[in-house]
Amino acid sequence: MEKAEKVMVKGTEAIGEAAVRAGCRLYFGYPITPQSELTEYMARRLPEVNGTFLQAESEVAVSNMIYGAASTGKRVMTSTSSPGFSLMQEGVSYIAGAELPCVFVNVVRGGPGLGDIQPAQSDYFQATKGGGHGDYKLIVYGPESLQEAVELTIRAFDVADKYRIPVLLLTDGLLGQMMEPVKFPSFKNLNTLPDHSDWALTGTKMQREPHRVTSFDLDPVKLEKMNIQRHEKYKTIVKEEKLFEEYKLNDAEVVLVAYGTMGRIVKSVADTAREKGVKAGVFRPISLWPFPYEELGRYTENAKFFFTVEMSFGQMVEDVRLAVNGKKPVEFYGRTGGVVPTPGEVLAKLMELV
Amino acid sequence: MAYAERFKAPTSLSEKEFTYCPGCSHGIVHRLIAEVIDELEIQGKTIMVAPVGCSVFAYEFFDVDGTVAAHGRAPAVATGIKRASPDNVVFTYQGDGDLAAIGTAEIIHAANRGERITTIFINNAIYGMTGGQMAPTTLLGMKTTTTPYGRRENIEGYPIHVSEVLKELSGVAFLARTKVTTPQDVIKTKKYLKKAFYAQLNNIGFGLVEVLSTCPTNWGLTPIESMKWLEDNMVKEFPLGVYVDKVGDVR
Repeated sequence: MEKAEKVMVKGTEAIGEAAVRAGCRLYFGYPITPQSELTEYMARRLPEVNGTFLQAESEVAVSNMIYGAASTGKRVMTSTSSPGFSLMQEGVSYIAGAELPCVFVNVVRGGPGLGDIQPAQSDYFQATKGGGHGDYKLIVYGPESLQEAVELTIRAFDVADKYRIPVLLLTDGLLGQMMEPVKFPSFKNLNTLPDHSDWALTGTKMQREPHRVTSFDLDPVKLEKMNIQRHEKYKTIVKEEKLFEEYKLNDAEVVLVAYGTMGRIVKSVADTAREKGVKAGVFRPISLWPFPYEELGRYTENAKFFFTVEMSFGQMVEDVRLAVNGKKPVEFYGRTGGVVPTPGEVLAKLMELV
Repeated sequence: MAYAERFKAPTSLSEKEFTYCPGCSHGIVHRLIAEVIDELEIQGKTIMVAPVGCSVFAYEFFDVDGTVAAHGRAPAVATGIKRASPDNVVFTYQGDGDLAAIGTAEIIHAANRGERITTIFINNAIYGMTGGQMAPTTLLGMKTTTTPYGRRENIEGYPIHVSEVLKELSGVAFLARTKVTTPQDVIKTKKYLKKAFYAQLNNIGFGLVEVLSTCPTNWGLTPIESMKWLEDNMVKEFPLGVYVDKVGDVR
């Protein structure tokens, strides 16, 4: 896969190859269905590019290994599925607090608890509202296709480095397991990756004061200052980093809102609704944090109502309500436990609402 | 050697004052680690990983790059650093609650992988920073704030013997248990520390030195009484000596 040509790949492997091309040479992981193929891909692939793969003893250890590796300023990632990402929250909170760049992939499966291994979107709250302790944010991307997953994986490493923030790719088992043709970009030159020598742990070489990477200060005033600085950065990210797709929204009276796999499915629902004379369009948030509140809120003028569809009991719908701010009704339809709503059932629900 | 020369602070210690209680062993062990780093001339490439506990600020006391890990996870954080940057020298400094309770999985697997890191394990049989609760290494019968009637084997189980467990793992290149209550012990401990770093520097495997340590504040004893209590009680439970040595003679 050296050339920038379209190749048929599996979702998990597409993300792995994209990470390698983004300059990621470090992967720590722990097997869990339905994403173990990504772990296996990195075990195979990284040695080919002089990278390092390590299977850890637990997801708790993984997230702390990521903390350590990211402290050196090098590009590092892991991938897991829902129960595993819950275990990683300790490290995620420390990483966010210490402002370390790295990339997490959560191939979401049905929950709570052991749940099952089928696709779900029930980890949206955990991803976007802070899964661990403390006031922090991750940049969260929800790709709808493998091509988009590849592009967002590369973007994830870039924004992680730009802002010193952990970035989460929130996908689901459907995207992870499907095969699609994908065009990979060329390999990043490792020598052109962002320079972190002003803060990273590299050893002082007896030429500078020691660098200290922590999320820690016992002095409340100093800790608040650290938190304020981090939140100032979050404000910039909210301003600069929102991503979304607008599909047939110009004249839309029904605004379907969905992300990831569901975002893709509801586009065909909008198409069929239009054939039936209902002016439907789709607003698909791509960055789930920062969430495009204002951009979605603009459609309150023309839309009769908003219709959110998720593979959950309704999580993103709370952000949709914040965006709509009571100006129009916000309806919801969801299936859970690994059941993926079909275009037919979403359309039926939509026609009921119309 | 003149007294002033012999006892000047090692270069690898920062000038920050220790936050430790009088009579606590952390100070001696910190100094020994810094002396070893100086003598091995590795200060410029050393990265330390501090734990959660009384030594949570240890990364400020050493004049090297450093970080502080989540409770018990120092071996995982050190693994991440070392794998990302194998040319650096990486060490963790951990207490008994950190290493032998919440961080049991991390230390066992780091040791078993033969991770090229060095761990200094402070065993004082009690949780210091949180105020004197039972540690996994608390002795039977020992009163702590969470074992007010003394540790009972049928309720809390037995003190865990970390060195005896780790010595069975093939990835371990150097492993010793020591104390710092007498000058001879201090000299011996420094020798062990150096070997534990050589295990890493010579790419042999994982190195760990367990130091039986005092906690006068939470033991409710004076510093002198604490040293005696350690000699009389802890040494019986936790036999001293070298458990693994694949490093051989290094000078």
